[in-house]
Amino acid sequence: MRLLTHNMLSSNIKGVANGFPLLIEVEKVIEKQVDFNPDFLKNIFPKIEWQALVQASRSMGYSELPEESPESSMLDSDDFLMKFHHVLLELHLEEGALVCPETGRKFPVNKGIPNMLLHEDEV
Amino acid sequence: MANRPELIAPPEIFYDDTEARKYTSSSRIIDIQAKLSERALELLALPGDGVPRLLLDIGCGSGLSGETLSENGHQWIGLDISQSMLNIALEREVEGDLLLGDMGQGLGLRPGVVDGAISISAVQWLCNADKASHEPRLRLKCLARGARAVFQIYPESVAQRELILGAAMRAGFAGGVVVDYPHSSKSRKEFLVLTCGPPSISSEAPKGKVGDMESCSDDESSGDEENRTVCISDRHRPRKKQKITKKGKGREWVLKKKEQMRRKGCAVPPDTKYTARKRKARF
Repeated sequence: MRLLTHNMLSSNIKGVANGFPLLIEVEKVIEKQVDFNPDFLKNIFPKIEWQALVQASRSMGYSELPEESPESSMLDSDDFLMKFHHVLLELHLEEGALVCPETGRKFPVNKGIPNMLLHEDEV
Repeated sequence: MANRPELIAPPEIFYDDTEARKYTSSSRIIDIQAKLSERALELLALPGDGVPRLLLDIGCGSGLSGETLSENGHQWIGLDISQSMLNIALEREVEGDLLLGDMGQGLGLRPGVVDGAISISAVQWLCNADKASHEPRLRLKCLARGARAVFQIYPESVAQRELILGAAMRAGFAGGVVVDYPHSSKSRKEFLVLTCGPPSISSEAPKGKVGDMESCSDDESSGDEENRTVCISDRHRPRKKQKITKKGKGREWVLKKKEQMRRKGCAVPPDTKYTARKRKARF
Protein backbone atom coordinates (compact mmCIF):
# COMPACT_ATOMS: atom_id res chain seq x y z
CA MET A 1 0.00 0.00 0.00
CA ARG A 2 1.46 3.33 -1.01
CA LEU A 3 1.24 6.51 0.97
CA LEU A 4 -0.91 7.93 -1.80
CA THR A 5 -3.62 5.48 -0.82
CA HIS A 6 -2.98 5.91 2.89
CA ASN A 7 -3.54 9.62 2.47
CA MET A 8 -7.03 8.95 1.14
CA LEU A 9 -8.09 6.27 3.59
CA SER A 10 -10.12 7.02 6.63
CA SER A 11 -11.69 4.88 9.27
CA ASN A 12 -15.24 4.01 8.41
CA ILE A 13 -16.38 2.68 11.73
CA LYS A 14 -19.82 3.71 12.85
CA GLY A 15 -19.77 6.57 15.27
CA VAL A 16 -16.28 7.74 14.47
CA ALA A 17 -16.23 11.48 13.87
CA ASN A 18 -12.76 11.85 12.51
CA GLY A 19 -11.18 8.68 11.24
CA PHE A 20 -8.36 10.40 9.42
CA PRO A 21 -5.48 9.96 9.31
CA LEU A 22 -4.95 6.33 10.16
CA LEU A 23 -1.82 5.75 12.21
CA ILE A 24 0.68 3.37 10.73
CA GLU A 25 2.24 0.45 12.53
CA VAL A 26 5.16 -0.63 10.42
CA GLU A 27 6.48 -4.15 10.20
CA LYS A 28 7.88 -4.22 6.72
CA VAL A 29 8.45 -1.49 4.18
CA ILE A 30 9.63 -2.03 0.65
CA GLU A 31 10.56 0.42 -2.05
CA LYS A 32 9.41 0.03 -5.61
CA GLN A 33 10.55 2.02 -8.58
CA VAL A 34 7.82 4.05 -10.24
CA ASP A 35 8.13 6.30 -13.28
CA PHE A 36 8.39 9.94 -12.39
CA ASN A 37 5.47 11.98 -13.68
CA PRO A 38 5.41 15.63 -12.58
CA ASP A 39 1.99 16.26 -14.15
CA PHE A 40 0.39 13.68 -11.93
CA LEU A 41 2.13 15.05 -8.87
CA LYS A 42 1.03 18.60 -9.54
CA ASN A 43 -2.51 17.43 -10.19
CA ILE A 44 -2.78 15.36 -7.04
CA PHE A 45 -1.02 17.82 -4.77
CA PRO A 46 -4.10 19.91 -3.83
CA LYS A 47 -5.88 16.75 -2.70
CA ILE A 48 -3.12 15.58 -0.40
CA GLU A 49 -3.31 16.18 3.33
CA TRP A 50 0.22 17.34 3.86
CA GLN A 51 0.62 16.78 7.58
CA ALA A 52 -0.74 13.28 7.32
CA LEU A 53 1.72 12.55 4.55
CA VAL A 54 4.69 13.85 6.50
CA GLN A 55 3.76 11.88 9.60
CA ALA A 56 3.21 8.75 7.58
CA SER A 57 6.54 9.09 5.79
CA ARG A 58 8.33 9.56 9.08
CA SER A 59 6.76 6.40 10.52
CA MET A 60 7.95 4.56 7.42
CA GLY A 61 11.47 5.78 8.03
CA TYR A 62 11.79 8.64 5.59
CA SER A 63 12.48 12.01 7.09
CA GLU A 64 13.40 14.23 4.20
CA LEU A 65 9.96 15.60 3.51
CA PRO A 66 9.58 19.18 4.75
CA GLU A 67 7.08 19.61 7.56
CA GLU A 68 5.51 22.88 6.51
CA SER A 69 3.02 22.60 3.75
CA PRO A 70 4.80 23.70 0.60
CA GLU A 71 3.60 26.64 -1.43
CA SER A 72 2.88 26.23 -5.09
CA SER A 73 6.28 27.63 -6.01
CA MET A 74 7.93 24.60 -4.50
CA LEU A 75 6.04 22.44 -6.96
CA ASP A 76 8.27 23.75 -9.69
CA SER A 77 11.41 22.59 -8.02
CA ASP A 78 12.42 19.20 -9.36
CA ASP A 79 14.23 18.38 -6.18
CA PHE A 80 11.07 18.74 -4.13
CA LEU A 81 9.02 16.86 -6.70
CA MET A 82 11.43 13.93 -6.59
CA LYS A 83 11.02 13.65 -2.85
CA PHE A 84 7.27 14.00 -3.11
CA HIS A 85 7.21 11.32 -5.80
CA HIS A 86 9.32 8.99 -3.73
CA VAL A 87 7.19 9.32 -0.64
CA LEU A 88 3.86 9.17 -2.42
CA LEU A 89 4.39 6.37 -4.88
CA GLU A 90 7.56 4.44 -4.11
CA LEU A 91 7.29 3.63 -0.42
CA HIS A 92 5.14 0.60 0.20
CA LEU A 93 3.83 -0.75 3.45
CA GLU A 94 3.98 -4.52 3.00
CA GLU A 95 3.21 -5.78 6.45
CA GLY A 96 1.86 -3.94 9.43
CA ALA A 97 -1.37 -2.33 10.45
CA LEU A 98 -3.40 0.83 10.15
CA VAL A 99 -4.89 2.12 13.36
CA CYS A 100 -8.06 4.14 13.70
CA PRO A 101 -7.11 7.34 15.56
CA GLU A 102 -10.33 7.42 17.56
CA THR A 103 -11.09 3.84 18.50
CA GLY A 104 -7.66 2.27 18.21
CA ARG A 105 -9.08 -0.50 16.09
CA LYS A 106 -6.42 -2.10 13.93
CA PHE A 107 -6.76 -2.81 10.24
CA PRO A 108 -4.08 -5.38 9.42
CA VAL A 109 -1.98 -5.01 6.30
CA ASN A 110 -0.83 -8.22 4.62
CA LYS A 111 1.15 -8.45 1.40
CA GLY A 112 0.49 -4.77 0.94
CA ILE A 113 -3.28 -5.11 1.13
CA PRO A 114 -5.02 -3.47 4.08
CA ASN A 115 -8.03 -5.38 5.35
CA MET A 116 -10.70 -2.74 5.74
CA LEU A 117 -13.59 -5.13 6.30
CA LEU A 118 -15.70 -3.98 9.19
CA HIS A 119 -17.26 -6.30 11.71
CA GLU A 120 -21.02 -6.48 12.00
CA ASP A 121 -21.13 -4.16 14.97
CA GLU A 122 -18.98 -1.50 13.38
CA VAL A 123 -21.14 -0.81 10.37
CA MET B 1 -23.94 -17.99 -17.90
CA ALA B 2 -26.92 -20.18 -17.19
CA ASN B 3 -27.07 -19.15 -13.59
CA ARG B 4 -26.25 -15.73 -12.27
CA PRO B 5 -23.29 -16.08 -9.90
CA GLU B 6 -24.77 -13.70 -7.36
CA LEU B 7 -27.63 -16.12 -6.80
CA ILE B 8 -25.23 -18.90 -5.86
CA ALA B 9 -23.22 -17.36 -3.06
CA PRO B 10 -21.98 -14.02 -1.77
CA PRO B 11 -18.94 -12.79 -3.73
CA GLU B 12 -16.29 -13.49 -1.12
CA ILE B 13 -17.38 -17.12 -1.09
CA PHE B 14 -18.18 -17.54 -4.76
CA TYR B 15 -14.78 -16.23 -5.79
CA ASP B 16 -12.60 -18.70 -3.95
CA ASP B 17 -9.09 -19.58 -5.14
CA THR B 18 -10.24 -21.96 -7.86
CA GLU B 19 -12.97 -19.74 -9.20
CA ALA B 20 -10.73 -16.71 -9.05
CA ARG B 21 -8.03 -18.40 -11.06
CA LYS B 22 -10.55 -19.76 -13.55
CA TYR B 23 -12.06 -16.33 -13.99
CA THR B 24 -8.74 -14.70 -14.60
CA SER B 25 -7.36 -17.32 -16.97
CA SER B 26 -10.34 -17.27 -19.28
CA SER B 27 -9.24 -15.38 -22.36
CA ARG B 28 -12.83 -14.58 -23.14
CA ILE B 29 -13.34 -12.93 -19.80
CA ILE B 30 -10.08 -11.04 -20.04
CA ASP B 31 -11.14 -9.74 -23.41
CA ILE B 32 -14.61 -8.72 -22.26
CA GLN B 33 -13.31 -7.03 -19.14
CA ALA B 34 -10.74 -5.10 -21.13
CA LYS B 35 -13.38 -3.86 -23.56
CA LEU B 36 -15.78 -2.91 -20.79
CA SER B 37 -13.06 -1.08 -18.91
CA GLU B 38 -12.02 0.86 -21.98
CA ARG B 39 -15.61 1.86 -22.58
CA ALA B 40 -16.10 2.84 -18.96
CA LEU B 41 -12.96 4.92 -19.09
CA GLU B 42 -14.31 6.61 -22.21
CA LEU B 43 -17.58 7.34 -20.44
CA LEU B 44 -15.68 8.88 -17.53
CA ALA B 45 -14.94 11.73 -19.92
CA LEU B 46 -11.74 12.70 -18.21
CA PRO B 47 -10.16 15.80 -19.72
CA GLY B 48 -7.90 14.66 -22.53
CA ASP B 49 -4.89 16.58 -21.35
CA GLY B 50 -2.67 13.59 -20.80
CA VAL B 51 -2.46 14.18 -17.06
CA PRO B 52 -2.73 10.93 -15.14
CA ARG B 53 -5.59 10.87 -12.71
CA LEU B 54 -6.39 9.02 -9.50
CA LEU B 55 -9.27 6.65 -10.10
CA LEU B 56 -11.17 4.16 -8.04
CA ASP B 57 -11.98 0.65 -9.23
CA ILE B 58 -14.87 -0.68 -7.22
CA GLY B 59 -14.96 -4.46 -7.24
CA CYS B 60 -11.56 -4.62 -8.90
CA GLY B 61 -11.29 -8.39 -8.50
CA SER B 62 -8.09 -9.78 -9.97
CA GLY B 63 -7.17 -6.47 -11.52
CA LEU B 64 -8.33 -7.07 -15.08
CA SER B 65 -10.10 -3.73 -15.25
CA GLY B 66 -7.37 -1.98 -13.29
CA GLU B 67 -4.81 -2.99 -15.88
CA THR B 68 -6.73 -1.03 -18.48
CA LEU B 69 -6.53 2.01 -16.21
CA SER B 70 -2.78 1.57 -15.81
CA GLU B 71 -2.35 1.15 -19.54
CA ASN B 72 -4.00 4.51 -19.96
CA GLY B 73 -1.51 6.04 -17.59
CA HIS B 74 -3.71 6.50 -14.54
CA GLN B 75 -3.11 5.70 -10.91
CA TRP B 76 -5.85 3.72 -9.24
CA ILE B 77 -7.02 2.26 -5.98
CA GLY B 78 -8.95 -0.98 -6.20
CA LEU B 79 -11.42 -2.37 -3.71
CA ASP B 80 -12.68 -5.94 -3.58
CA ILE B 81 -14.25 -8.23 -1.04
CA SER B 82 -12.63 -11.46 -2.19
CA GLN B 83 -9.15 -12.17 -0.85
CA SER B 84 -8.68 -14.87 -3.49
CA MET B 85 -9.28 -12.44 -6.30
CA LEU B 86 -6.93 -9.92 -4.76
CA ASN B 87 -4.25 -12.58 -4.42
CA ILE B 88 -4.44 -13.17 -8.14
CA ALA B 89 -4.13 -9.43 -8.66
CA LEU B 90 -0.95 -9.50 -6.56
CA GLU B 91 0.41 -12.35 -8.66
CA ARG B 92 -0.22 -10.29 -11.77
CA GLU B 93 1.64 -7.42 -10.14
CA VAL B 94 -0.96 -4.81 -10.90
CA GLU B 95 0.17 -1.24 -10.46
CA GLY B 96 -2.77 -0.02 -8.45
CA ASP B 97 -3.12 -0.27 -4.72
CA LEU B 98 -5.51 -2.91 -3.50
CA LEU B 99 -7.89 -2.77 -0.58
CA LEU B 100 -9.77 -5.67 0.95
CA GLY B 101 -13.17 -4.26 1.75
CA ASP B 102 -16.90 -4.41 1.26
CA MET B 103 -18.31 -1.76 -1.06
CA GLY B 104 -21.59 -2.00 0.81
CA GLN B 105 -19.90 -0.88 4.00
CA GLY B 106 -18.72 2.43 2.65
CA LEU B 107 -15.57 3.08 0.72
CA GLY B 108 -13.60 4.56 3.57
CA LEU B 109 -12.07 7.34 1.51
CA ARG B 110 -11.92 11.03 2.28
CA PRO B 111 -14.46 13.18 0.46
CA GLY B 112 -13.52 14.65 -2.89
CA VAL B 113 -10.24 12.85 -3.50
CA VAL B 114 -10.70 10.70 -6.57
CA ASP B 115 -11.17 12.02 -10.07
CA GLY B 116 -13.43 9.21 -11.16
CA ALA B 117 -14.63 5.75 -10.34
CA ILE B 118 -15.35 2.72 -12.44
CA SER B 119 -16.89 -0.56 -11.58
CA ILE B 120 -17.01 -3.44 -14.01
CA SER B 121 -19.54 -6.20 -13.45
CA ALA B 122 -19.54 -5.67 -9.73
CA VAL B 123 -22.33 -3.50 -8.42
CA GLN B 124 -25.04 -6.07 -9.06
CA TRP B 125 -23.53 -8.11 -6.21
CA LEU B 126 -24.84 -5.43 -3.89
CA CYS B 127 -28.40 -6.14 -4.85
CA ASN B 128 -28.37 -9.43 -2.97
CA ALA B 129 -28.06 -8.40 0.63
CA ASP B 130 -26.46 -11.43 2.24
CA LYS B 131 -26.02 -10.09 5.71
CA ALA B 132 -28.74 -8.63 7.88
CA SER B 133 -26.59 -5.59 8.54
CA HIS B 134 -26.29 -4.92 4.87
CA GLU B 135 -28.09 -1.95 3.55
CA PRO B 136 -26.56 -2.13 0.15
CA ARG B 137 -25.81 1.46 -0.68
CA LEU B 138 -22.74 2.52 -2.44
CA ARG B 139 -21.49 5.66 -0.79
CA LEU B 140 -19.49 7.73 -3.19
CA LYS B 141 -18.53 10.78 -1.15
CA CYS B 142 -14.98 10.38 -2.32
CA LEU B 143 -15.77 11.63 -5.81
CA ALA B 144 -14.43 15.08 -6.55
CA ARG B 145 -16.80 17.71 -7.85
CA GLY B 146 -17.66 17.11 -11.44
CA ALA B 147 -16.12 13.69 -11.33
CA ARG B 148 -17.98 10.74 -12.64
CA ALA B 149 -18.63 7.20 -11.65
CA VAL B 150 -19.27 4.65 -14.35
CA PHE B 151 -20.68 1.31 -13.36
CA GLN B 152 -21.00 -1.48 -15.86
CA ILE B 153 -23.73 -3.71 -14.53
CA TYR B 154 -25.70 -6.77 -15.41
CA PRO B 155 -29.05 -6.02 -13.84
CA GLU B 156 -31.07 -9.13 -13.32
CA SER B 157 -34.32 -7.43 -14.16
CA VAL B 158 -35.94 -4.09 -14.77
CA ALA B 159 -36.75 -3.93 -11.09
CA GLN B 160 -33.12 -4.30 -10.16
CA ARG B 161 -32.02 -1.58 -12.53
CA GLU B 162 -34.68 0.71 -11.10
CA LEU B 163 -33.44 -0.11 -7.62
CA ILE B 164 -29.89 0.85 -8.47
CA LEU B 165 -30.85 3.96 -10.41
CA GLY B 166 -33.36 5.04 -7.77
CA ALA B 167 -30.82 4.75 -5.01
CA ALA B 168 -28.35 6.81 -7.01
CA MET B 169 -30.88 9.57 -7.70
CA ARG B 170 -31.99 9.71 -4.08
CA ALA B 171 -28.40 10.06 -3.03
CA GLY B 172 -28.18 13.18 -5.14
CA PHE B 173 -26.27 12.04 -8.17
CA ALA B 174 -27.16 13.15 -11.64
CA GLY B 175 -26.84 10.82 -14.52
CA GLY B 176 -28.43 8.00 -16.39
CA VAL B 177 -27.96 4.76 -18.16
CA VAL B 178 -25.96 4.39 -21.34
CA VAL B 179 -26.83 1.26 -23.24
CA ASP B 180 -24.54 -0.10 -25.92
CA TYR B 181 -26.05 -2.35 -28.57
CA PRO B 182 -29.48 -2.29 -26.98
CA HIS B 183 -30.98 -4.60 -29.56
CA SER B 184 -28.58 -7.46 -29.29
CA SER B 185 -29.15 -9.72 -26.33
CA LYS B 186 -25.58 -10.94 -26.60
CA SER B 187 -23.70 -7.68 -27.02
CA ARG B 188 -25.95 -5.47 -24.95
CA LYS B 189 -24.02 -3.70 -22.24
CA GLU B 190 -25.31 -1.27 -19.69
CA PHE B 191 -23.37 1.50 -18.04
CA LEU B 192 -24.71 3.55 -15.21
CA VAL B 193 -23.03 6.94 -15.45
CA LEU B 194 -23.32 9.17 -12.40
CA THR B 195 -22.01 12.68 -11.96
CA CYS B 196 -21.24 14.21 -8.66
CA GLY B 197 -22.31 17.80 -8.34
CA PRO B 198 -22.30 20.24 -11.23
CA PRO B 199 -20.28 18.90 -14.13
CA SER B 200 -17.07 20.70 -14.90
CA ILE B 201 -17.10 22.78 -18.05
CA SER B 202 -14.79 20.48 -19.91
CA SER B 203 -16.92 17.36 -19.50
CA GLU B 204 -19.76 16.60 -21.83
CA ALA B 205 -22.60 14.12 -21.72
CA PRO B 206 -21.80 10.72 -23.22
CA LYS B 207 -22.37 10.58 -26.96
CA GLY B 208 -25.56 9.07 -28.15
CA LYS B 209 -29.14 9.97 -28.85
CA VAL B 210 -30.79 11.88 -26.07
CA GLY B 211 -34.45 11.24 -25.43
CA ASP B 212 -36.84 8.44 -24.86
CA MET B 213 -37.12 7.15 -28.39
CA GLU B 214 -35.42 3.90 -29.07
CA SER B 215 -33.87 4.07 -32.49
CA CYS B 216 -34.97 1.08 -34.49
CA SER B 217 -31.73 0.38 -36.23
CA ASP B 218 -30.92 -3.25 -36.68
CA ASP B 219 -27.39 -2.53 -37.64
CA GLU B 220 -25.41 -3.64 -34.62
CA SER B 221 -22.04 -3.23 -36.18
CA SER B 222 -22.44 0.49 -36.44
CA GLY B 223 -22.02 0.68 -32.71
CA ASP B 224 -25.52 1.87 -32.03
CA GLU B 225 -25.62 3.64 -28.72
CA GLU B 226 -28.32 5.43 -26.88
CA ASN B 227 -28.19 7.84 -24.07
CA ARG B 228 -31.45 7.68 -22.27
CA THR B 229 -31.95 9.76 -19.21
CA VAL B 230 -33.38 7.64 -16.45
CA CYS B 231 -34.54 4.87 -18.73
CA ILE B 232 -37.15 2.80 -17.01
CA SER B 233 -38.88 0.78 -19.69
CA ASP B 234 -37.11 -2.26 -20.91
CA ARG B 235 -37.53 -4.13 -24.10
CA HIS B 236 -38.63 -7.45 -22.88
CA ARG B 237 -35.88 -9.67 -24.12
CA PRO B 238 -37.22 -13.13 -24.72
CA ARG B 239 -34.98 -15.68 -23.23
CA LYS B 240 -33.70 -18.29 -25.64
CA LYS B 241 -35.81 -21.27 -24.71
CA GLN B 242 -34.68 -24.78 -25.22
CA LYS B 243 -36.51 -26.52 -27.95
CA ILE B 244 -39.29 -28.42 -26.22
CA THR B 245 -38.76 -32.01 -27.27
CA LYS B 246 -42.09 -33.62 -27.86
CA LYS B 247 -42.52 -37.23 -27.03
CA GLY B 248 -41.99 -37.83 -30.72
CA LYS B 249 -44.54 -38.74 -33.27
CA GLY B 250 -43.52 -42.31 -33.53
CA ARG B 251 -43.61 -44.86 -36.32
CA GLU B 252 -47.31 -45.48 -36.12
CA TRP B 253 -48.17 -41.89 -36.73
CA VAL B 254 -45.83 -41.62 -39.67
CA LEU B 255 -47.24 -44.71 -41.30
CA LYS B 256 -50.75 -43.43 -40.79
CA LYS B 257 -49.85 -40.13 -42.39
CA LYS B 258 -48.23 -41.83 -45.36
CA GLU B 259 -51.33 -43.91 -45.88
CA GLN B 260 -53.44 -40.73 -45.83
CA MET B 261 -51.22 -39.14 -48.46
CA ARG B 262 -51.42 -42.25 -50.66
CA ARG B 263 -55.18 -42.14 -50.47
CA LYS B 264 -55.01 -38.56 -51.58
CA GLY B 265 -52.97 -39.64 -54.51
CA CYS B 266 -49.54 -38.19 -53.73
CA ALA B 267 -46.36 -39.96 -54.59
CA VAL B 268 -45.19 -41.46 -51.35
CA PRO B 269 -42.05 -43.57 -50.90
CA PRO B 270 -42.75 -47.18 -49.97
CA ASP B 271 -42.74 -48.21 -46.33
CA THR B 272 -39.62 -50.03 -45.39
CA LYS B 273 -37.83 -50.97 -42.25
CA TYR B 274 -36.20 -47.56 -42.40
CA THR B 275 -39.41 -45.60 -42.17
CA ALA B 276 -39.56 -43.35 -39.12
CA ARG B 277 -36.31 -44.73 -37.83
CA LYS B 278 -34.78 -42.58 -35.13
CA ARG B 279 -32.16 -40.29 -36.62
CA LYS B 280 -29.13 -38.77 -34.88
CA ALA B 281 -30.15 -35.75 -32.80
CA ARG B 282 -28.36 -33.25 -35.03
CA PHE B 283 -30.24 -34.42 -38.09
